[in-house]
Amino acid sequence: MVAVASSRPGAKRKHQRLILVLLALAALIGGVLLAMSALRDQAAYFYTPVEAKAAHIEPGKAVRLGGMVEVGSLKRGEDGVTIHFNLTDGEGTVPASFSGITPDLFKEGSGAIAEGSFDADGTFRATNILAKHDERYMPREMEGMQYDPQTHKVEADNI
Amino acid sequence: MIAEIGLAALWLAAMLAGLQLLLAWSAVARGNEAARGLINPVAVAQGVLTGLAMALLILLFVRSDMSVYLVAANSHSMKPFIYKFAGAWGNHEGSMLLWIAVMSVAGAAVALFERGLDRRTHIATLGAQAAISLGFYAFLLFASNPFKRLVPAAADGQGLNPLLQDPGLAFHPPTLYFGYVGLSVAFSFAVGALLTRQVNARFARAIRPWVLAAWIMLTIGITAGSYWAYYELGWGGWWFWDPVENASLMPWLAATALLHSATVLATRDALRAWTIMLSVVAFAMSMIGTFLVRSGILTSVHAFAVDPTRGSFILMLLGIYIGGALALFALRVHTVSEGSRFEPVSREAMLVLNNLLLCVILGLVLIGTLYPLLTEMVGLRVSVGPPYFNAIIGPLALALMAALVVGPLLRWRRDDPRALLRRAAPALLAGGLALVAVFAFAPHAIGWMTTLGFVVAAAVAVASIAPLWGRNLRRTPLFTYGMVIAHLGCAVCIAGIASESAFTQEKLAAARPGDTFEIAGNTVSFDGVMPIAGPNWTAMQADLTVRRNGRVIGVAKPQARFFTDPPTPTTESVQMTRWSGQLYLVLGDALEDGRWQLRIWWKPFVTFIWYGGGLIALGGLLALVGRVRRERKHGRGAAHDEPEAVPASRVATPEGAVTA
Repeated sequence: MVAVASSRPGAKRKHQRLILVLLALAALIGGVLLAMSALRDQAAYFYTPVEAKAAHIEPGKAVRLGGMVEVGSLKRGEDGVTIHFNLTDGEGTVPASFSGITPDLFKEGSGAIAEGSFDADGTFRATNILAKHDERYMPREMEGMQYDPQTHKVEADNI
Repeated sequence: MIAEIGLAALWLAAMLAGLQLLLAWSAVARGNEAARGLINPVAVAQGVLTGLAMALLILLFVRSDMSVYLVAANSHSMKPFIYKFAGAWGNHEGSMLLWIAVMSVAGAAVALFERGLDRRTHIATLGAQAAISLGFYAFLLFASNPFKRLVPAAADGQGLNPLLQDPGLAFHPPTLYFGYVGLSVAFSFAVGALLTRQVNARFARAIRPWVLAAWIMLTIGITAGSYWAYYELGWGGWWFWDPVENASLMPWLAATALLHSATVLATRDALRAWTIMLSVVAFAMSMIGTFLVRSGILTSVHAFAVDPTRGSFILMLLGIYIGGALALFALRVHTVSEGSRFEPVSREAMLVLNNLLLCVILGLVLIGTLYPLLTEMVGLRVSVGPPYFNAIIGPLALALMAALVVGPLLRWRRDDPRALLRRAAPALLAGGLALVAVFAFAPHAIGWMTTLGFVVAAAVAVASIAPLWGRNLRRTPLFTYGMVIAHLGCAVCIAGIASESAFTQEKLAAARPGDTFEIAGNTVSFDGVMPIAGPNWTAMQADLTVRRNGRVIGVAKPQARFFTDPPTPTTESVQMTRWSGQLYLVLGDALEDGRWQLRIWWKPFVTFIWYGGGLIALGGLLALVGRVRRERKHGRGAAHDEPEAVPASRVATPEGAVTA
């Protein structure tokens, strides 16, 4: 940007305003292009388990996976801090694991969003878990999901 | 009765705002002398009335008057006093009342204290302020009445979200609102100046203190909010790129750009149209922030209710004000003549670069924040989170900091690149030394971004102090100290961010009483867990003794809390602050076999992040005081439209003073 401004000082003096406008436009266009390329690479797509299975997500790619923690699937590892559980949307189920302290309302039969990536054998390695925090707070992606623990059926209004 | 008085005060204030708008129109368009004299008292009365309404709402909360719907829905008689008090704005209606109260009080302050503008522009500004207020009065009175009665009265309230039951609530929302609303004043100034065609250095000198004040408040609000999230959420993170955080960051970025361009306009009478444009953008960002947070379009702890009519109402206000201002800008921009010129190597050019970078960062944050909302309209659910923001905002922020290394060392109008290099040499040397130090002393390889972070922090630290070099420190104006301290704050903050992301250590384990952990030279021993009770919660509390070289340096008692109204578990982490960083301790779940989950972080120099924020705000405060005092001394009575003279000493150089 400085390089543009510093070329031909004589011409610049006449059209300083024009140059400033052009600079602003260039910055605008550059910013939009940068945002678009970054969004293509970095936006973590949100999947439900059945979508994740259909999409064949490559191992290591950061995604968000949202569903209900299947009743009876939550197991704690020997070290006391690693958990294994299944995330389900009623149609598909994905095994997942997580090391750390889970959010206060993370429990079987409740909704949760796991951030992380799949490993080579298809297990989802979560690096962060978001759970519904109270009646009024829930991750935006989970709005309208309801889960029946008997049938493992998930109702979703607007996915 | 209190609620009815409050509502009446609001209606009266709304009518006064309408009157204020009519008076301003009559005075500016028709030259009506009587209207000129009336407008200031009307603006002041409006400020007093909304201030009264806010005070009455607080009184209702403090008295736990459960016959008022808002109190019953958001408060509880058993709540500690401070949360009853602050709970008045811990909900949608109350926070909008706070917004309008701050706005009217700011309007009254403009009427009472603003002396820099010519009289017509001053009146046009008050008219613009009244026009904005009217929209928000309508929003408050028709879509979010805080004084609505509940019949029959509730036996007790439903309580306040426990995450909000924290001293942070008492000052975080008000500071942010002061900032948001302060930008509405800047917006009104810009509209006023466009209406009377008085876009010049005098306008910039008048607008600058208001922008500074708003910017200081935003800086404090963001810094405090970041620390609040850091200790309250118990995840150890200090910035989450949550849309609501972005909503406060975007007005700050715009205000930062505006602050710098207003300085160019005040000092050199350049960047006229650009400064006006930034005033509009800054307030647009405040409104977008309010829209994002208040519309319920984002469901988070900040969005108190999901109500689509409110969202569309704010969106409509946004469209009217910003669209109107942009239309006015398009109509009047040709009357704003081009300001003074400058060379490509000059302080002005570097401030243009500063503005461009800030605006690009702003645009990228805006796109990242709105993108998920846009894709959702076409049925695609996308999360844009830290991977996107860190990848693109990080390098741009570092570029901005690089510009900050040379910016304050440049002279106005034109400068010699070689002389600049000589002046910047100590800063570049400091950056080089930091690079060597990272390679020599970092215990493990750290990423190039964090490495660059250290380099830039060192260079900015030295460069920010360089303008004081060789000057008589006692005769240096206060606002120069302000600039130096604010820029130094940037360096401190960047250093804290780099250190936290490069050198944080973590221990995660399930422990029995008696177990000990080693982390960063500290020995943490887990002595046990016991149940305790607070005023409206119960908790399990761990005893953790921290030793260093065998000596006890502190006892941490993190809790897993359970609030009763509404029933919610929360995690109360503990931070032990040392000069070199913070130990962050969290108690997790109890396991069936009697063990407890513990999570401990050592975060070296993490506190620098918020110290830096504090320094930036302090710098702003010094600049504000310095500017206002200078204006009072020199500006009184003298209606000068010329730019400030640039004293030769404004640019300190090792070679001594040079004529500009």
